[in-house]
Amino acid sequence: MPPIKLTTPLNDEIIENLRIGQKVLLNGAIYTGRDTAHKKMVELLDQGKPLPIDLKGQIIYYVGPSPAKPGQIIGSAGPTTASRMDVYTPRLLALGLKGMIGKGKRTPEVIKAIKQYKAVYFAAVGGAAALISRCIKSCDVIAYPELGPEAIRKLYVEDFPVIVINDSLGGDLYEEGLKIYAIK
Amino acid sequence: MQSIKTVTVLEIVETVSRLCMEANYYLRSDVLKSFHEKQEMEISQAGKDALKQLILNAKIAAEDRIPICQDTGFAVIFLEIGQDVRITGGNLYDAVNEGVRKGYIEGYLRKSIVEHPLRRKNTRDNTPAVIHAKIVDGENIKITVAPKGGGSENMSALRMLKPSEGVEGVKKFIIETIKLAGPNPCPPLIVGVGIGGTFEKCAALAKEALLRELGKPSDIPDIASLEIELLDEINSLGIGPQGLGGRTTALAVHVEIYPCHIATLPVAVNINCHAARHKEAIL
Repeated sequence: MPPIKLTTPLNDEIIENLRIGQKVLLNGAIYTGRDTAHKKMVELLDQGKPLPIDLKGQIIYYVGPSPAKPGQIIGSAGPTTASRMDVYTPRLLALGLKGMIGKGKRTPEVIKAIKQYKAVYFAAVGGAAALISRCIKSCDVIAYPELGPEAIRKLYVEDFPVIVINDSLGGDLYEEGLKIYAIK
Repeated sequence: MQSIKTVTVLEIVETVSRLCMEANYYLRSDVLKSFHEKQEMEISQAGKDALKQLILNAKIAAEDRIPICQDTGFAVIFLEIGQDVRITGGNLYDAVNEGVRKGYIEGYLRKSIVEHPLRRKNTRDNTPAVIHAKIVDGENIKITVAPKGGGSENMSALRMLKPSEGVEGVKKFIIETIKLAGPNPCPPLIVGVGIGGTFEKCAALAKEALLRELGKPSDIPDIASLEIELLDEINSLGIGPQGLGGRTTALAVHVEIYPCHIATLPVAVNINCHAARHKEAIL
């Protein structure tokens, strides 16, 4: 199956056509966020305050990049483990977040919310951080600069290679992979 | 009187700093070689593609002198200090930490350490290091820098088994740990196992096992067979590269053992992601 190109923002029609195992080259703006940024956003929601970014149709990339060297746009920037964001994710999906990029398994609650709110969870290759940094064409800190690598950044990406792990039908590529390749 | 070899703390600072950078920029050649071999053998297309990306990633990181992985890790430093060497000019541990500070700042490596595990404020220079020092014969100091990422560390585990559980219990615990970890610790993995010792010795053995040259068997025949059996079982789980399905879940299993108490059978599994980094130098 050849990769398809997608450009952000995502909508229901795009999401409904995505299936687990589909390779995707992502283009356009995406936001970064990991543990502390998620915690802070959910605290704002609890206080009834607006978020620093409008999540509708957007993708959050779970990444804490290494510092950029002089002349570099961003340092190495591979995905971090998604499960640490699981406790916060359903709240953000309810607000219209459409996609997430990380690595590793999600909880049943998140998989259910992905289906309910028509969203998608992509994995990027964990540890392919130097390669991925070459797909990032701009990088601006949008919120929480004091968090350093954990700040929320807006990235423009070109042909960022990812694969669909959890789709809007409730599918899970990790589970399917085990079914196919495990030797009983 | 015989003259005593001296090593200055300045040499230690410079060496640790350089090793921090090199370990993070250059993938170990044994790991890269294994990627190429496994890419040929892997039957899952998604798994093959992931390995291909990792080979290309290693090339880009080396060319641009940038980290292989953005998680440039906790700086774990192993020191083997010859008992006939004298360290001059300051405190050894301070020098190691200064080297980490310098390497992580000047090398544009990510600062991932928080000073208090509950309050979690970043120390902003990746210090302190975790230092394991050993006194050995001779007059050299061997320094090994082994940056360790958080994702694979999080999936590691230790269990105090009952001696009656024996080798079957040991195998079961190791396989369970890898199964539970699934895609999270960035397979293909290097699995470091410690069996025996005390609680803390067992964990240290598992960590040390990760330093061994990839796939070099244990010198102890029954342990070498156990390594082969475990690798085979792990690669039958179907997890595959990045957990996308396939047969390359681990590149190697290294087991280290130590005598233990009549009442105990400790087992520790320290999982390393494919970005297994370490660099060493002898002063």
